[in-house]
Amino acid sequence: MSGGYIAQQIVNGLILGSMYALVAIGFSMIYGIIRLINFAHGEIIMIGAFLTLGLLQKLQLPFPVAAPLVLIAGAVVGIIIEKGAFRPMRGAPQVTGFIASLGVSIMLQNLGILLLTAQPRNFTFPDYLQSVVQIGLVSFRTIDGVIMASALVLMGGLLFLVHKTRLGMAMRATAENIDVARLMGININRTIMATFAIGSALAAIAGLMWGGKFGQIDPLLGFVPGLKSFVAAVIGGVGSIPGAILGGYILGLSEVLFVGLLPPIYSAFRDAFVFSTLILILLVLPNGILGKKMEDRA
Amino acid sequence: MLKIDDIHVYRGRTHVLKGVSLHVQQGEIVSLIGGNGAGKTTILRTISGLLRPSRGKIFLKTSKTSGETDISRVPAETITGLGVTHCPEGRGIFSQLSVKENLMIGAYLRKDKEGIADDYARVCALFPILGSRSRQTGGSLSGGEQEMLAVGRALMSRPELLTLDEPSLGLGPIIVDNLFSVLAEINRQGVTLLLVEQNAIKALKLSHRTYVLETGRMALSGLSAALIDNEKVKKAYLGGT
Ligand SMILES: Nc1ncnc2c1ncn2[C@@H]1O[C@H](COP(=O)(O)OP(=O)(O)OP(=O)(O)O)[C@@H](O)[C@H]1O
Ligand SMILES: [Mg+2]
Repeated sequence: MSGGYIAQQIVNGLILGSMYALVAIGFSMIYGIIRLINFAHGEIIMIGAFLTLGLLQKLQLPFPVAAPLVLIAGAVVGIIIEKGAFRPMRGAPQVTGFIASLGVSIMLQNLGILLLTAQPRNFTFPDYLQSVVQIGLVSFRTIDGVIMASALVLMGGLLFLVHKTRLGMAMRATAENIDVARLMGININRTIMATFAIGSALAAIAGLMWGGKFGQIDPLLGFVPGLKSFVAAVIGGVGSIPGAILGGYILGLSEVLFVGLLPPIYSAFRDAFVFSTLILILLVLPNGILGKKMEDRA
Repeated sequence: MLKIDDIHVYRGRTHVLKGVSLHVQQGEIVSLIGGNGAGKTTILRTISGLLRPSRGKIFLKTSKTSGETDISRVPAETITGLGVTHCPEGRGIFSQLSVKENLMIGAYLRKDKEGIADDYARVCALFPILGSRSRQTGGSLSGGEQEMLAVGRALMSRPELLTLDEPSLGLGPIIVDNLFSVLAEINRQGVTLLLVEQNAIKALKLSHRTYVLETGRMALSGLSAALIDNEKVKKAYLGGT
């Protein structure tokens, strides 16, 4: 096993980790603000991937135009889901919201199959994004570089928004105490909606990346990365954005290295490995790596 | 300034307030005392819009309302903007936000940057500890410091009427004395106060008028100076004979 091979695997892990991190952020933010484990969140990846396909291949839009549109469309989908499915359940026991999110998830998957058929579709990016770049020992396609760089930019922007803006302060306050946030004059409906919009925009972009990375998409593609990103959020400490980012990269890296460094016969166990990692980390750190204890909110 | 007219409030299925009326005049300090579970918190949460009365009305008149307005259906996030700020039971500090952010979020609805900066300086003068701890998280403060933060945060909204729910809870006697002299000072600066207290003797001494609530109904009301000598009040709330 050469150093070049290992470096290559690390880059692959960072690419996968970027996607997990972007999706995990949404899981974590949504849980943080309304204590909802939103199982439908993974479906936004699928929606983002198909939107990208439509914008790039059907409408022939250039990539730099399509990408921001996917971000915006993801936000809109998040707002619709929040308003339609979760707002009516505000204040219900946690498990009710969880079941509702499973319902939304199944509905979106089936809607996808109905509208788009279960047939996988090839997903091709323009040539200039497919060209291979060699840096030192590692080679990757331009799109892979775009994935890693744009994930960093988006996460930086998000941290700025959450910690340095008025909306971000309102979001953090609402996550801690809804009643007191209202007493401050914070419109919690708007704040929760903004949280869904931001989380879903990031998941939709992860869908674009998913298509770019793996080259094929289908209406059920959101399930597994959704679940793994949820694991990433839990590993990092659910409710914590830096935790979600860290969890995403840890999971992406360890998954790729597990498959890449161990003999091929083990690669079928990659998912078992992911969940074992979760259990091990939670045994040592029950609140995740950066998580704080959070009380339920009935 | 505030007139509560015969409100009934349910919490779940419990009929907690069974026709409560009270009024607060501009410039006053009014205290509200009563045993555990009498419904004092429920009254303040209803004024602040966190709870809705099933019957009755709440009239408010401040510089931000057009005349006397019924606020019994106005949601909590709008009430602060009308000049009423509620300092909740248990303080409600945002423990993950910094001390400065906790204060600034009190001014969430305000747009006047200079006024906010002035008030921030004023609050830090009133509670110097808050200025020196501005970068710490709210959760790292002691109980007494958190109470100061809660009061400071409420002041950042520039309230005309400030409602306080048991600010002395869990604080040592020196800090309570300190806090009550700050409340008197705040009132001198023109803020009307409605104060819920377990510490009845302190509340009676600080306030102009007092209401006594017993299981969802007003049992007594009057000038604090008179109630302090009232036999019933002495027996029930002042631990005397
Ligand atoms: N969320 C709730 N659901 C049902 N009943 C409630 C709820 N909150 C309070 N109550 C009931 O309403 C009544 C009044 O409660 P409230 O908190 O207003 O009393 P309080 O006078 O503030 O008491 P304390 O001095 O102990 O703070 C109590 O009997 C209480 O059990
Ligand atoms: Mg109370």
